[in-house]
Amino acid sequence: MSDPTVASTPVPNSPRVSQVSEAVIRIAGNSQDGIQAIGGFLARLAGRSEQEVMTFMTIPATISGGPSIFQVRMSSGEVLSAGDEADLLLCFYDHSYASHIGSLKKGGIVLYDSDHVKPKEELLTTYHHVGVPISSLTVEAIGGTGRDKGKNIYALGLLARMFDLNVPKLTKLIDERFGGKDPTVVQNALACFNSGYGHQVQGLLESFQFHPGEHAGRSQVVMSGNEALGYGILAAGVRFGAGYPITPWSDIMELLRRELPKYGGTFVQTEDEIAAVSMAIGASYGGRVAVTGSSGPGISLKTEALGWASMAEMPVVLIDVQRGGPSTGMPTSVEQSDLNIAVFGGHGDSPRVVLAPSSVEDCFYTAIEAVNIARKYSVPVLLLTDQGIATRIEAFPYPDLEKVCQDISPDLTPVMDHKPYDLSAPDGITRHVAPGTRIASGKYPVVTGLEHNELGHPGGSGKNHMDMNAKRRNKLRKLAEELPVPQVYGASEGHVLLVGWGSSKGPIEEAVKQSRKHGEAISALHLKHLNPLPNGLEKIFSGFTHVIVVELNDEGLYGYGQLCTLLRARYCDPRIRAVTKTDGLTWKVKEILQHVLTLTK
Amino acid sequence: MSTLILPRTTNAPGDVPDLPDSERKPLTKKETAADHPTWCPGCGDFSVLALYYKLIEKHQRRHEDICTVAGIGCSSRFPYFVQAHGVHFIHGRALAFATGVSLSRPDLHVFVFGGDGDAFSIGGNHFNHTARKNVKLTYVVMDNHVYGLTKKQTSPTSPIGFKSKTDVWGSTDRPINPMKQAIAAGATFVARSAASNIPHLLKCMEAAMAHDGFSFIECLSECVEFYPGAFDGSIPRKGGVFPEVPADHDVTDEYAAYKLSDAPAPGVFGIFYNVNRPTKNANEAKIIAENRTKVEGLADWQILKKNFDRMK
Repeated sequence: MSDPTVASTPVPNSPRVSQVSEAVIRIAGNSQDGIQAIGGFLARLAGRSEQEVMTFMTIPATISGGPSIFQVRMSSGEVLSAGDEADLLLCFYDHSYASHIGSLKKGGIVLYDSDHVKPKEELLTTYHHVGVPISSLTVEAIGGTGRDKGKNIYALGLLARMFDLNVPKLTKLIDERFGGKDPTVVQNALACFNSGYGHQVQGLLESFQFHPGEHAGRSQVVMSGNEALGYGILAAGVRFGAGYPITPWSDIMELLRRELPKYGGTFVQTEDEIAAVSMAIGASYGGRVAVTGSSGPGISLKTEALGWASMAEMPVVLIDVQRGGPSTGMPTSVEQSDLNIAVFGGHGDSPRVVLAPSSVEDCFYTAIEAVNIARKYSVPVLLLTDQGIATRIEAFPYPDLEKVCQDISPDLTPVMDHKPYDLSAPDGITRHVAPGTRIASGKYPVVTGLEHNELGHPGGSGKNHMDMNAKRRNKLRKLAEELPVPQVYGASEGHVLLVGWGSSKGPIEEAVKQSRKHGEAISALHLKHLNPLPNGLEKIFSGFTHVIVVELNDEGLYGYGQLCTLLRARYCDPRIRAVTKTDGLTWKVKEILQHVLTLTK
Repeated sequence: MSTLILPRTTNAPGDVPDLPDSERKPLTKKETAADHPTWCPGCGDFSVLALYYKLIEKHQRRHEDICTVAGIGCSSRFPYFVQAHGVHFIHGRALAFATGVSLSRPDLHVFVFGGDGDAFSIGGNHFNHTARKNVKLTYVVMDNHVYGLTKKQTSPTSPIGFKSKTDVWGSTDRPINPMKQAIAAGATFVARSAASNIPHLLKCMEAAMAHDGFSFIECLSECVEFYPGAFDGSIPRKGGVFPEVPADHDVTDEYAAYKLSDAPAPGVFGIFYNVNRPTKNANEAKIIAENRTKVEGLADWQILKKNFDRMK
């Protein structure tokens, strides 16, 4: 709530109303309390109010639940990150209070369930405490069944009152969410909401009103990164996928399994990760690019088949929703430590393309781009997202679906002759003809992982191997030429250039925004195309004294993160250094700024 | 946000004569044979290859109707020797790859060829699951009871006592029984034949090709280099016997099929098990048909719009 200004004459005995342009609300409880649901309602409401919104959540890795949070940042203007500090903390238990009070800004409001939380004396002056017996009032609201299921919706009612949220829109959302089930479910939910909304909160000094959103009239959709990625794959025209369940990739797989049949497509849950990638490559060979995906250890298992796709020049899209590694690692934590395996994970020289979307919206469009690069260059494409975007919910402009949805069905028109690995192809890239295509010459191709001649038959001579290696490598050089040179955020020259990838874009750009306000010459560069890198980066780097890569992985043996190491190898520029961390959380703006200060002073 | 839209890629046809099916000459071995096989002279795999040509010729299949997939091993070189769309995939995963082809391209007949290592060791998991899902394809395992390409190591079907480079004193591990494995995993067509008995193998391959589902043939195929004489007991001209499945065997009786699999060496030959169960292909087609009725008349982008409208 950056610019509270006192509005309208306060009514006597009721809280002062402040106009705000944004608010960060952190909800802390246990995962089975439905706190994601409250967060989801707030995010969706923001989307429908033409506001920007971003969420952040942590989920326990245990099955039966455990401490969990959901943070929503709603703003009438631009939102780049989920926010370092909360303006309001809603907590259901003592443990939520104890763990998260530190994330509240000084003077912020802590709204707590007084049935469970005992506030700490020493904190009463630092934070504004508002206690409501949420659990018992919920039980009362739904007719004293003795269960407090629904306390999340009760709390949503309280928040709606405190932030003067649009009640008709919220009740419609509740209706949409719970409608279709047993009608008493909607009735109970609305009863909880209304009684929360109607509750006269004692001791509340201030309530808030959002400025109207800057995107008035803009139609928005609100979804998570995993959803956006799944829908992007559908828009791209993919009609076959295969996968094995693993967190946090499973959401995408479930979505595709549910949705693909509507489009005439199929998603297969396979016996293991290797079968999933093999089956997807098989379907791609069938003539239409297919998709597979995984996280963590699943990616390791897929690397052999991925090498085959590189060698056989077979397009396929592999989604890697990165998590904390190695091995089982930190399955529900954010990390960007799969760049090395994405770029280099294979025996032999096995060129592939690696892309990383930076936001929920970008997940949708990057999925389409990944499919099209795979098609155009006959190459495996890895799409690296991370827990930071996968589960985050954002609002973004409603895409022009008619324009972006494409038909990539195979063409089986007979051809005169076909060489799958034609070394004299005009652009150096060959595309396969799908099986089922008649080849009038009677010479049929074999696609293979054995080094091969132009027809795909064994060709083990040293010269041939060098020619084919060059063919597989040069097409990616050609792709690099075609990639757009990324735009610098901020001035194109200055003291420090922050370089980021994946979900770190928002916090990095917010760090730039904040420090430029204080007159510092900091800019940022976000890389989406990680392999091949776009051309022309050295020119951008040359405008800065320091080039600092900000990434969520370990600094490694030699003191640089994974992207930083790649950039140093590529540009041999000792000014390129890194700030890294592996605490399982997304970057806080102040963390980035502190690191930069240490590195550049 | 702009995005790169890439129009549908089409084949570059050139001047392909427009031949109606009726005017196309049926294929003979001349048109279906490709590279000369790299197998050792006398290898059993030659018979299987010759029969594959014959099968294509006899059943008037066209080049483009079939797809030949293999993993890694001597026998997995198969696709190079056939003029048809072919795939030489990685070790053990041919079935998973072939499943992707079969499910996405129901118009093709997918044949998978491989050896015992590919099928029962490194690819064991895929064997079980492709069988249980009843994916429509034909799988011929050329079982020679030894790793040949890597020059004589113990294979999952090597008998106890077999002396290999990895078991110089004789193998001690109980071999896999491919018939039992297939039946227990849920394969709907299970047959056993031998490269040494060409008419028998042809009959089995024809029946397998006609089967709607996962059809599996274990074909004993001698490795003359590293396990010569392995199957002499099944070759009458070498003093062996070739016991066929009894005429009164009920191929729909799973238990009877399992019992047949227990016959001592050289075992029994013929179709052990043959039942109809919905294929994975049919089950998926049904799910698609049910889902399509809900979106009838809508273009793909309109189906997507229905989801996006709910997320406004």
